[in-house]
Amino acid sequence: MSQNTSNFVGKQSSDPVQRQVVLPFKQSLAISFKQIRVRFFRSLITTLSLVLAISFLSFVRVSNDVANGLLSTGDPDVRRQLIRAGYDLGPEDVRTETNPKQRWIVILSILVCVVGIVNAQLMAVTERFREIGTMKCLGALDRFILRLFLLEAGMQGVVGAVAGAIMGALFSLVNSAIQFGGASLTYVLVGDVIFSVAFATGVGFLLSLAGVFYPAIVASRMQPVEAMRAEH
Amino acid sequence: MLNEQAEAITDKLSEAMERKIVRVSKVTKTFKLGKVDVRALKGVDLDIMAGRYVSIMGPSGSGKSTLFNMIGGLDKPSSGKVFIDEVDIAQLDAYELAWLRCRKIGYIFQTFNLIQVMTALENVTLPMIFGGMGNETAVEKGMELLDLVGLGDRYQHKPFELSGGQQQRVAVARALANNPAIILADEPTGNLDLNTGEEIIALLKNLSWERKVTVISATHDIKMLNVSDQVIWIRDGQIEKIEEREDLTISVGSVGEKW
Repeated sequence: MSQNTSNFVGKQSSDPVQRQVVLPFKQSLAISFKQIRVRFFRSLITTLSLVLAISFLSFVRVSNDVANGLLSTGDPDVRRQLIRAGYDLGPEDVRTETNPKQRWIVILSILVCVVGIVNAQLMAVTERFREIGTMKCLGALDRFILRLFLLEAGMQGVVGAVAGAIMGALFSLVNSAIQFGGASLTYVLVGDVIFSVAFATGVGFLLSLAGVFYPAIVASRMQPVEAMRAEH
Repeated sequence: MLNEQAEAITDKLSEAMERKIVRVSKVTKTFKLGKVDVRALKGVDLDIMAGRYVSIMGPSGSGKSTLFNMIGGLDKPSSGKVFIDEVDIAQLDAYELAWLRCRKIGYIFQTFNLIQVMTALENVTLPMIFGGMGNETAVEKGMELLDLVGLGDRYQHKPFELSGGQQQRVAVARALANNPAIILADEPTGNLDLNTGEEIIALLKNLSWERKVTVISATHDIKMLNVSDQVIWIRDGQIEKIEEREDLTISVGSVGEKW
């Protein structure tokens, strides 16, 4: 604090209030949670695109894990089944990775999802100009606003990503059971599946934050005079 | 001789006790609207003494809102300086500005501007949280303030469950949260009907009197004239005249003729 404000604080130094503006983390969490709860259906729709993209990612990965599990049996019949199902297997391959076509489709769906999130969040920020301006008039720093938006998106991201990842994994397992018979599931390494689900969740969470980042910066830079902007 | 000396001393004393809480010095503001330069303020000099109830009145486009924003630290002048408690606010950094808004100034808006997702109590305690007050102290003080404005039993209600007048009362309570030195009210009665408007004006006047808070309000509302200690008439980016309480001639019709 510069010399200037020591004049300000002089008279009020006996207050139970500190000399700096703060926003405790617990409070930011509470505020962000309330914001989501109030706009529940709108949050749902934004999160839905994330859920779908992540479930697709999870589906692709877990299907691969199942295929790898089957390959590890070394059974030539199984190899033929897999090749017929569309897996690209050379005669020597003992593991399969996601092929370029799969990867492309996943990347595309993720891009679409991110664009959707950026758009929705930008709209939300523009809608809430008065609220943001008011908070700044009450003394909020830029980074408080940033934190609130990041927390909001983070919470939505975690819930959506977990839901999507688990859904995708379940779909994939059911699909594999239908394609190759229930017994195929016993060869799958549980560790692989868990890693895939965790990976998909992580990606979803990061996407959510990436999508909200630019809109949140816009929000935090908003001038408090916007709150005064009334239709006279 | 003795009398004159005594008078001189009391004058000096009262001058020292009355401080200039806001000082506007040669302030101009020019906005760029496309290719056109709009001169909103064309050189304003103004002193506002602490503890007074001041109204800034003027027609639309007179620069009233611009001047108001300058005083409130929401905008920077193109030239000239604004001093709050003799501190040039253009020199403050972001943290100090935030502190100023949190602790020294309370804002009241025409559109109430309560946070819709929070209850009345949470709205009132928000500035206290920014100020670092503990939760229990904040809640206690918040309830006190809500009682003061007559909404003690509605502390759990969200803004959409409150009428316009009630929302503005919550806003008044919120403005007082951190014991500010100044309350800035931008058209506080703009969205309220006649009776509710009068109630809010009376409330502001009472509270400012009890708590020795300087109230500066920008308004169209003639009802505000009755309670103001000082009225600043602004027109065309310049101060037209400043009237003290005693000089105000209030008769319906005579104020109307100017605009």
